Amino acid sequence: MKLDIKKIVEDTAVEVLRRASIELPPDVLEAINKAYREETSEMGKSQLKAILENIHLAKEMNRPICQDTGLMIFYVTVGNKFGNFAFIPDTLAAATLRATQDIPLRPNAVHPLTRRNPGNNAGTRVPIINYDITEGDYMDLVGLPKGAGAENMSALAMLTPSAGVEGIKKFVVDRIVSAGGMPCPPTVLGVGIGGMSDAAMKLAKKALLRPLNQRHPEKEIAQLEEELLRLVNSTGVGPMGLGGRCTALGLNIEYAFCHTAALPVGINVQCWANRRARARVHKDGSVEYM
Amino acid sequence: MVTLKLKTPIDEKEVRKIKVEDILYISGTAITGRDEAHIRALEFLEHGKKMPLDFKGLVLYHCGPLVKKGDGEWSVVAAGPTTSMRMESLEAQFIEKFRPSVIVGKGGMGKKTAEAAKKFGAVYCDFTGGAAVLAANAIEEVLGVEWLDLGMPEALWVLKIREFGPLVVTIDSNGNNFHDDLTREIEAKKTELLNA
Repeated sequence: MKLDIKKIVEDTAVEVLRRASIELPPDVLEAINKAYREETSEMGKSQLKAILENIHLAKEMNRPICQDTGLMIFYVTVGNKFGNFAFIPDTLAAATLRATQDIPLRPNAVHPLTRRNPGNNAGTRVPIINYDITEGDYMDLVGLPKGAGAENMSALAMLTPSAGVEGIKKFVVDRIVSAGGMPCPPTVLGVGIGGMSDAAMKLAKKALLRPLNQRHPEKEIAQLEEELLRLVNSTGVGPMGLGGRCTALGLNIEYAFCHTAALPVGINVQCWANRRARARVHKDGSVEYM
Repeated sequence: MVTLKLKTPIDEKEVRKIKVEDILYISGTAITGRDEAHIRALEFLEHGKKMPLDFKGLVLYHCGPLVKKGDGEWSVVAAGPTTSMRMESLEAQFIEKFRPSVIVGKGGMGKKTAEAAKKFGAVYCDFTGGAAVLAANAIEEVLGVEWLDLGMPEALWVLKIREFGPLVVTIDSNGNNFHDDLTREIEAKKTELLNA
């Protein structure tokens, strides 16, 4: 029988969205447990307790963690020996439709002006698909359903080179303080530094994919991650903005070179439910969930 | 700070007893309403059209639930709160005209809402953002739905709730706003951190 790779990718994408929507990745769960243990504000602790209860209930009842099941975002990395992959956009759109019905997911995708909701989480340029290439005979597929409460707090700053690291710190801390409880803290923060305006925002979101307990391989970036996280967690915003020491569960930076006259910085704010799931589809049709 | 168990409809006398930082568990009826529902409700008012539902004494829940239909009946899968500040410019008028007693959402609300809460006797509570399955477990039944043409998240869902909570009161009807007070402390801390 001929291998139906398109069908395998579609089924895998549905499963990736299911896993992402219902169960948090281990690094995120570990960070929430740690926050609960370390939180000293009574109000903050009560919020973390409710979050942990909710995570257990969602898993037990096989339901999405949050009613805002997000807009569907995929990160696809295709190997040069994987073979034809022109079917990917249509296949991931089909998977999104199926996942919306089967899991189920809340239909969130609407026309930006008329606000018409087709009811299936798909429409012009949605689901959002990011592509990368690599060497190999496989395709990696990451699903990152992202809610609006946190995404609405994301921002771009086109800093001047003279603003430097201090400017980056001020931008991040200002943003988190003004966001308060709106993005459902404790948040996960992705910071994209450099590139141009679009690249900084893309990198900020991509930074959410890295496990929270894994620092950037370059020392000075890793140090800035730790310093920014320390500052954010010293503000006192706390869980749900009700006060406390845990405002963010983690902060990851990704960077790119930029123009000598520029310092673009993007921040992508993610709620405590940093939902993501990953699978690898091999050329022979076998699938690994990672 | 006390824990109160309340039943809807909640009259003004009862609402006035609730204080900031109290914890509420509410049974009775909650109606969801967010951006589009607020906009349409205020349009109805402007054009003198009759509202399909009466909010008086009930819970207005800032929530776009995930619901499913099985055997012709709607049921709630997940129903946590949405960010309330998006409704800030509309809420004062909503409170004045439709008189919900308790507004539930997340992230707190601003000055205009706090003033309306004081003037007309209402409170605002935070429910833990994202705790959607926990919330759904306190929803016994979908009693009805209006304005479904706005889409599932934006429609008015009428929900039978049972000990819905814990709800943290962050705006009471005496002019207190917990988030405002905390924001002042956090702003001061921020200035200290960035100048260190």
